[in-house]
Amino acid sequence: MILQVQLFARVRELIGDECCSLELSTGSTVATIRSALGSRYPQAKDLIARSAVAVNCEFAANERVVDDVDEIAVIPPVSGGGR
Amino acid sequence: MIQLTRDPIDHAALTELVRKPGCGAVVTFLGTVRDLTGNEETVALEYEAYPAMAEQMMATIADELRDRWPVAGVALVHRLGRLDVGEVSVAVAVSTPHRPDAFAACRYAIDRLKEVVPIWKKDIGPAGNQEWIHPDASATN
Repeated sequence: MILQVQLFARVRELIGDECCSLELSTGSTVATIRSALGSRYPQAKDLIARSAVAVNCEFAANERVVDDVDEIAVIPPVSGGGR
Repeated sequence: MIQLTRDPIDHAALTELVRKPGCGAVVTFLGTVRDLTGNEETVALEYEAYPAMAEQMMATIADELRDRWPVAGVALVHRLGRLDVGEVSVAVAVSTPHRPDAFAACRYAIDRLKEVVPIWKKDIGPAGNQEWIHPDASATN
């Protein structure tokens, strides 16, 4: 299946696109997505490791199984606020 | 009211929006662009959002406020795009019958917003230097 992954902020700039397509086998999880992105874009690997992944606008755990109808996004750390 | 906008935030209008006859307290918080972080000078911040998720999470925060405090009116608005020093990037307005709840609810809303809502900022310095702010969760700054 082909998954579209939305990218934001520094992850978007490091990869050079707002969105990328990944071809993954059925039954793939959020962890599979992280690992596929990390191998394809080594320049973004460290930041992706510190990022969350959202599935259908909700934060998703690494074990979450994804489907090609899901809306997927990499969420780099937010600024968390001027403490 | 939940909104992402590229236009200046009319915070006076938001304060008016949440005022209710049953509420003796209105607290409005404004986040504004600061010129210095430590010794680093900022001339502008550029905000980017994942809009669908940001709006959904802001609505969830408003629901949490209503669950925890007797909130009658709540407005959460975040601006996107490039903002100069002094401009308002985020506004939270909350009304409740008594002031302790209004302060507590407003504080919770802005803290939660900055913690979980997918909105990022890029710091732009005087030499045109640019840096996305993606703090390490374990860092205490």
